[in-house]
Amino acid sequence: MALNGIQIFKMTPKKNCKECGCPTCMAFSMKVAQGAMDISACPHMSQDALDALSEATAPPMKTIKIGVGENEYTLGGETVLFRHEKTFVSKTRYAVALYTDMSDEEVEAKLAEIPKVDYERIGERMHVELVYVNCGEGADAAKYTALVEKAAGLNRTLVLGCSDPEIAKAALAVCKDSKPVLNGANASNYEAMSAVATEAGVVLGVSGKDLNELYDTVAALEKAGNKNLVLDVTGETVKETFANAVLVRRAAIQDEDRTFGYPSIVNLVKIAKGDKFMQASLASLFTAKYGSIVVMEEMTYAEALALYGLRQNVFTDPQKPMKVEPGIYPINGADENSLVLTTVDFALTYFVVSGELERSGVPCNLTISDAGGLSVLTSWAAGKFSGSTIASFIQEQVEPKVKCRKLVIPGKVAVLKGDIEAKLPGWEVIVGPREAVQLVKFLKDMKA
Amino acid sequence: MPFNQKPHKFNAKINTVTIGSGDKTVTLGGDCTFPFYTFDAPSENSPKVGVEISDMGMEGMSAGISAYYEGATTMAEIAKKAVEMEGADFLVLSLEGGDPNGADKSVDELISVVKEVADAVDFPLVVEGCKNVEKDAELLPKVADVLQGRNVLILSEKEENYKAIGAAAGLAYNQIVGAESAVDINLAKQLNVITTQLGVKPEKIVMNIGSAAAGYGYEYVVSTMDRIKGAALSQNDAMLQMPIITPVSSETYGVKEATASEADMPEWGSQDDRAVGMEVITAAADLAAGSDAVILRHPQSVKTIAKMIKELV
Repeated sequence: MALNGIQIFKMTPKKNCKECGCPTCMAFSMKVAQGAMDISACPHMSQDALDALSEATAPPMKTIKIGVGENEYTLGGETVLFRHEKTFVSKTRYAVALYTDMSDEEVEAKLAEIPKVDYERIGERMHVELVYVNCGEGADAAKYTALVEKAAGLNRTLVLGCSDPEIAKAALAVCKDSKPVLNGANASNYEAMSAVATEAGVVLGVSGKDLNELYDTVAALEKAGNKNLVLDVTGETVKETFANAVLVRRAAIQDEDRTFGYPSIVNLVKIAKGDKFMQASLASLFTAKYGSIVVMEEMTYAEALALYGLRQNVFTDPQKPMKVEPGIYPINGADENSLVLTTVDFALTYFVVSGELERSGVPCNLTISDAGGLSVLTSWAAGKFSGSTIASFIQEQVEPKVKCRKLVIPGKVAVLKGDIEAKLPGWEVIVGPREAVQLVKFLKDMKA
Repeated sequence: MPFNQKPHKFNAKINTVTIGSGDKTVTLGGDCTFPFYTFDAPSENSPKVGVEISDMGMEGMSAGISAYYEGATTMAEIAKKAVEMEGADFLVLSLEGGDPNGADKSVDELISVVKEVADAVDFPLVVEGCKNVEKDAELLPKVADVLQGRNVLILSEKEENYKAIGAAAGLAYNQIVGAESAVDINLAKQLNVITTQLGVKPEKIVMNIGSAAAGYGYEYVVSTMDRIKGAALSQNDAMLQMPIITPVSSETYGVKEATASEADMPEWGSQDDRAVGMEVITAAADLAAGSDAVILRHPQSVKTIAKMIKELV
């Protein structure tokens, strides 16, 4: 349970030494209670008090790291149930599944398909980050390890779906250095599985036939000292799985039940096998509501373009607007003689404007200057999108690369026309429409 | 020690609004929990799926949609096929051809389309304007007039034209008013307040709080809906308890991920699959955040989302 400022204050030395940077011990205690400072900032706390406090002031949900190097991902660590309350911090990661009961051809086809989705969107690499390797009933250690080795060849972080400690041990022997997840502990095998996972130094996935069994298994694992866990909340049905995902997260964050304070795994292959559009819909549902790892049968562009876009949006910090890189964006095959338009670097503005420009079919150069990631009117009001900023951007970045000397500015900042013309000799400044949706007609009329 | 599941119950609920007449009706809203939280309280009424057709016929439709309507040439035939779609709860007629910046069809021409569709099917009906505020202010009151007795949902009034559309649809012709605002909880509430001040009953209002395709500023849609549902349920805010309808397809079929041809983007693969992917992923996110109804076009999307809803409630 979280402590309030008074409870923390009682444990401080109460000598107001100011060494923590706060004027009084009371002020320090209040800040710790709010999460604004860490208890370790006080040099005079007794070890007993520190132990008691670090337990009580620990975040409601653990942050778990998987993978290594460029394939390292952080799961969990969330502090809110809704992004507007603060922000979500750890993105949902998608895994594509391989099964021991797939034929060799199917496995090869999957291995060839996974790397195909790999592109960049607003500064973020979009690709299949995880590969789930499932050990079916009847598969032996040799067969499973062979599949794990093949999957490891993709250089993605692995999630091993295997509940046999001996087979898991064999598979981990070939891949433990890449820090995979071992998903397979349950009420009947958790001691052996935990030993295998701890020995290999990897995260252990835990499941249960219902939430009570899962809860008891996690409690037993914690008691045995293993707190490096993820919870597989997949149930028998879609409904049960959604309920589990929400209840686990809500218990951790709202009710501060730390036993459920771990990231989740949702395996869509179990609840929607063979239906790729249903899996796409459910991946969206579990991206919105509390899936940390979502396992699917496929991730092609049909799913990825929408799903990664959704994820990028949902996990944006509400206090930090999404920005695009300033620069020249040629549209519809524009060249150096094509019309120049300019707007701000707020990602939403960029997407709406570039979408309409594409729709117009008119070749043009969309130029984006650094306006602090704000919308047109906001950045204008803040002085970040003014006659001087636009003029200097055009002179430094655009003039060396583009020959056209016609510049369209957003209609909402029509007032800047005179100022820009005065600062940009040789340029004709044209006031564009106020709304992006009017751009298609505007460009058509301009051509005519 | 078993898991202690703490109940999170609200003492408020979303209004129910019934669209349609006779024995063909559909009811939106009615739940008292966050979407699909059936473990807090059983769902009173599951979210619904609408099938959108357009006065522009099959122009610009994805291959899978055109294939479904193959053989249907008149609007009446298209409407009849639409209501047979697996998973369809109501029919949505979009009058996008009325846009002065597009095909600019006359009001009379559009009204004849409305009549043709309404006469062809007795399904619950939603009519969408062309999004141009002046044209809609002229067009939608006439739509409300010719469909008297059908209890249709008129999409939508906006702050700029709510007097003309809200009064005609909600008062004069006793239809249901769709109140459209731009992805902001305060704007949504404000429009509901001024619409009820006209005399329209809250039970006759459905909100469209704005939408976006996944990846296109969708975070605003999520947070606006999360906040509206939160205020409606936990603070019992009567001016935010109207059910939410979200047009999905009109957004998703406007982004390149869904529309770029396979010839232009060979590495992206089938355009039709991408169109469905964008539609279902956006719709599922809308439903997860709080839409009580979504509007879709593709038969595969309608089927998939209807199935997902059925499995969740």
